[in-house]
Amino acid sequence: MEEVAFFAGAVGALGGAIAVIALRNPFYSVLALVVHLVALAGLFLMLHAEFVAAAQVVVYAGAVMVLYVFVAAYVGDIEEPIWEPIPGQRLLAPLLALALFVELSIAILGTALTSLDSEGPLIDETFGSPASIGELFLEKFLIAFEVSSLLLLVAAVGAIVLAGRRRPTSKAARTEAREAERLV
Amino acid sequence: MDVSWYLVLSAMLFAIGATGVLIRRSPIVILLCLELMLNAGNLALLAFARSLGDQDGQIFALVVMAVAACEVVIGLGLIVAMFRRRLPLNVDEMRGLKG
Repeated sequence: MEEVAFFAGAVGALGGAIAVIALRNPFYSVLALVVHLVALAGLFLMLHAEFVAAAQVVVYAGAVMVLYVFVAAYVGDIEEPIWEPIPGQRLLAPLLALALFVELSIAILGTALTSLDSEGPLIDETFGSPASIGELFLEKFLIAFEVSSLLLLVAAVGAIVLAGRRRPTSKAARTEAREAERLV
Repeated sequence: MDVSWYLVLSAMLFAIGATGVLIRRSPIVILLCLELMLNAGNLALLAFARSLGDQDGQIFALVVMAVAACEVVIGLGLIVAMFRRRLPLNVDEMRGLKG
């Protein structure tokens, strides 16, 4: 039963990931990433990371993907040129990725960590539960928690500065901008 | 299921994300591929947390998710700013840093 669940999640995650890079339309790529993230949340559940799986679905597959969908719809279809700045890039890149995968697999499977060939130690019910995660965040990792909240604040301010409409300061510039808007 | 299965899967997902970053030109899809790579890293972190029976890895995965959210916000803000200024949405044509 566990094997079936793992392979279903793995096929969903791999299929979603391949669809993200293979689909031409960015809008469909975003939707494929949602499939990938939900399948990955299932795998997280199997690793007894209940809270992380819930956060994955709510924060990632929910909020972040809505942002992506809006931007993909706002920007519209982007045509990708056939022209390659580096000759043979489209052939070399998969080869490079394959080499990366082989190298990582050798590192994982050739390691001396014997615990990787088991399901892991026996764990109690509270492993990965919201209560124990919250306790760890507020006691052991308080600084990381506070720094990440500060980082989120800075990112929100940065996004407003980057994407916000700039107001022209002088009166002449303002009338000029109004003219330009009328022309558009 | 052995933990090494999850680790091999995460290596596969990371390689797919790296391929996407290398072959695609559209900045939105490159950001999506970065998400793929970050999530592969998260899967490895959770697999190691399970293997060691220690929840610290799960905290790390949650912090990675927060950092990924920041990266998405800034990246999409840049894409919107590029679109507003009628710049081409193609990373190969945006190699210079001019004010």
